[in-house]
Amino acid sequence: MSAPSLRRLRAIMAKESLQIVRDPSSILIGLILPVFLTLLSGYSTNLDIEHIAIGLALEDHSPAARDLAASFTATKYFDVRQGGDRREFTDALTRGDLYGLVVIPQTFSRDLARADVTVPFQVIADGSVPNTATFLQNYAMGVWQAWMERRARERGASATEPVRLAPRTWYNQELVSLNSLLPGGMAINLTLIGALLTALVVAREWERGTMEAMLATPVGRFEMLLGKLLPYFLLGMMAMFLCLGITLAVFHVPFRGSTFALAVVSSVFMLSALGLGLLISSLSNSQFVASQAAIITAFLPAYFLSGYVFEPSSMPLPVEWLSRCIAARYYVSCLKTLFLVGDAWGLLMPNMAGMAAIAAVMFALTLKNSSRTLS
Amino acid sequence: MNPALATVAALTMRFGASGPPALDALTAEIPAGMVTGLIGPDGAGKTTCIRLLAGLLHPTRGTLTVLGRDPVTQADAIHARIGYMPQKFGLYEDLSVIENLRLYAAVRNLPDADRAATFARLLGFTGLAPFTTRLAGRLSGGMKQKLGLACAMIRRPELLLLDEPSVGVDPISRRELWRMVRALADDGIGVLWSTSYLDEAEACDHVLLLAAGHLLFDGAPGALTSRVDGRVFQVRGIAGNRRAVLRRALGQKGILDGVIQGRHVRLVAAKDAPPIDLEALKAGPEAALVAVPPRFEDAFLDILGGGPGGVSALARQMEPKTPRRTAVVEARNLTKRFGAFTAARDISFAIRQGEIFGLLGPNGAGKSTTFKMMCGLLKPSAGQALVDGLALGKSPGAARARIGYMSQKFSLYGTLSCRQNLEFFSGIYGLAGARRKAAIEGMIDIFALGPHLAASADTLPLGFKQRLALACAVMHEPAVLFLDEPTSGVDPITRREFWTHINGMVERGVTIMITTHFMDEAEYCDRIALVYRGAVIAIGSPDALKDEARTPETPDPSLEEAFIALVARSDREEPPGAAA
Repeated sequence: MSAPSLRRLRAIMAKESLQIVRDPSSILIGLILPVFLTLLSGYSTNLDIEHIAIGLALEDHSPAARDLAASFTATKYFDVRQGGDRREFTDALTRGDLYGLVVIPQTFSRDLARADVTVPFQVIADGSVPNTATFLQNYAMGVWQAWMERRARERGASATEPVRLAPRTWYNQELVSLNSLLPGGMAINLTLIGALLTALVVAREWERGTMEAMLATPVGRFEMLLGKLLPYFLLGMMAMFLCLGITLAVFHVPFRGSTFALAVVSSVFMLSALGLGLLISSLSNSQFVASQAAIITAFLPAYFLSGYVFEPSSMPLPVEWLSRCIAARYYVSCLKTLFLVGDAWGLLMPNMAGMAAIAAVMFALTLKNSSRTLS
Repeated sequence: MNPALATVAALTMRFGASGPPALDALTAEIPAGMVTGLIGPDGAGKTTCIRLLAGLLHPTRGTLTVLGRDPVTQADAIHARIGYMPQKFGLYEDLSVIENLRLYAAVRNLPDADRAATFARLLGFTGLAPFTTRLAGRLSGGMKQKLGLACAMIRRPELLLLDEPSVGVDPISRRELWRMVRALADDGIGVLWSTSYLDEAEACDHVLLLAAGHLLFDGAPGALTSRVDGRVFQVRGIAGNRRAVLRRALGQKGILDGVIQGRHVRLVAAKDAPPIDLEALKAGPEAALVAVPPRFEDAFLDILGGGPGGVSALARQMEPKTPRRTAVVEARNLTKRFGAFTAARDISFAIRQGEIFGLLGPNGAGKSTTFKMMCGLLKPSAGQALVDGLALGKSPGAARARIGYMSQKFSLYGTLSCRQNLEFFSGIYGLAGARRKAAIEGMIDIFALGPHLAASADTLPLGFKQRLALACAVMHEPAVLFLDEPTSGVDPITRREFWTHINGMVERGVTIMITTHFMDEAEYCDRIALVYRGAVIAIGSPDALKDEARTPETPDPSLEEAFIALVARSDREEPPGAAA
């Protein structure tokens, strides 16, 4: 191979940059897709449920029962439709208009006074929507406990419970799931964007016959790949900052790290994502196959194995090992650290090392597969 | 001969273990200061040979030396000194003319100091100077080809490898390219020009004739042509049907090859054959047999042992069409606008039953647009296209049932097998039951598709693809057959077989509309419409067009010369605007 030349490298970079500017699909993937994906993941992946539609059958008309009913109506977690009889709600429950039913029976005031009945009312939840059903039960118990506490206080007695649990959560005090999900989602989105950006670029040259012309010039494969990589790297980093901007401005997720640390971490990650795209591109000679491969090999493993939703530590051991081959796993971890904790370099460094190793493997394989001949 | 720039000896290339080699024991030289033609039909091994010379493929066996070096081990050293233009020209279509030049200048290490002068020289040479900021993708085929050549020429190569530079390029652009390449060769550069157009062979200094990986001839084109000296004749003054005359001639013993040339029929006699029996041709009382100078193609057919016979089994089993007095295909003031651009303007013509009507024109002239409107693939902005009296716009279903369509890309389903394609197309044309079965079996028999029935269409040899495409287009016995560059890249023998079928069908009353870049095919047409800049600039029989272009300087113009002269005349009468 002839000695690498800065001039040839610059020429390839200039060519790729012009192609990016003129190709609507690059702009679409690099600038529109990040906005779209971030908004989509922000609005769709909220695990906190509010305004669960429930029925409330108030069959007891004592002041205590009405007071408890008022507590249910007051909380933002429930949208309460009130009635005097549990049978009124059967149809709505069957249709799925209501996720559950709270019954305050006629026996309520009597049982309230008795020591052997702990909960004198009934909660019915729709088990076909397990997540919501669990929330409903937990929230209902929360309303009940708060009501009991207040009642005890009003009566001047101390709480009856011998031990009192006072949970405190670190880093995400409000336990707003979006605060940990959106940074993870950003990693997934950028995995897809990075791979799609470069998956098409080599395949495109084969399809249009320009690769054959380039192979008959003194351009080396290293110049070719690096010249393609750098412009797309810049576009990928722009996509990253777009994702960040929307996450902060639209969804008000706190960001406790520094922009510098984010840029450093994201650079390493972007190399691995673009590297995957280049590898796909060098293995397939058609743009169609390359784009399909990018979506399947980049997006799906990142979604399931990155720890974005599902914790790798709770996976079976072989799957957990597999997840270590996914750059997004390290990036999810870095992003959660940067958003929720801050510049904890002790945590960031090992993750960056993982991403760098994956990127190096991608580039080595790509170079190996970039033939200087057509056979 | 001049000193050799490249030599190959016993060069063999195989792709995959089975099947015949793409190149078989090729031994040849490419001299400096000459245009060497690498001539042969599609699949002959031309592209493989060029890629081997460029170091883009490594040979299975044999030795190669290019500019004193080995392309397998010293490809980089060779790349710095050759120019290579692949098929599709290797241009970045989303870069402008000047950006393409800048890119190639940088990757080919042209010193910055030489850049301005080199660009000025190449832009002047190719006539691209007014278009430097235009995107390569928006250039016409001929201009792309010139830009591709300029990019390959950036460092003044010692050896220039051009892979089918004239495919899909109109005759005018083809001439200009030849003029440029000729100038380069005179300057001492060795040029290797590959082509499947046999008429281009005659313009080369030296010819390597390939067929199916074998070298059939190596030498000056005249040396090959002289093989058939004194054996080539034209039957002139034919009264009546020249297609029938050709059919009878090809049936005569000792006649190797025959084609229609306007109002004449051209015949090649076998070596030591008895004299041609003019009486038996029934060409009329005025008919005369005139000896004419041989062409390269005559000699090529002679080497291969002659063309196919003149009787079409396909036509023989077809029902004769009921005669019609009125026009079968008619264009009435067809106009097509794409935004502000008018691709076809006010085009009118009428085609009689049993006529072969050709649409000719340079790339981008509006020929394909007109063609597509005629067969209902494109909706006209104004005007009407009628088939068998039915307006394509008003009753598209009924009109299309009478049409057969075959395009350059052969419109086959590549992943379906040969038989599945036949079954599919018979189905969509509404054939069913015993009729469908008989039609499919008939096609398999006529086109000898039997051995290939299970092969997917993509893997068929080009000649068989073309046969299958024709079979799919005519199974339902259409009244009108639309053929869009149906013989692109197909070897001369298969093309003759194709024309035997077309001629046979025409005699049964089928009407043909065809586009082509092959001027010798245009000679088969009864009438030709020459389309240029969106309008019909001339219409008439091939000989009428030649008469129109006759001048004192060219008393006997070929159809190609007539084509060029008529386009030039149109340019003089109405100079092209800035938008053209």
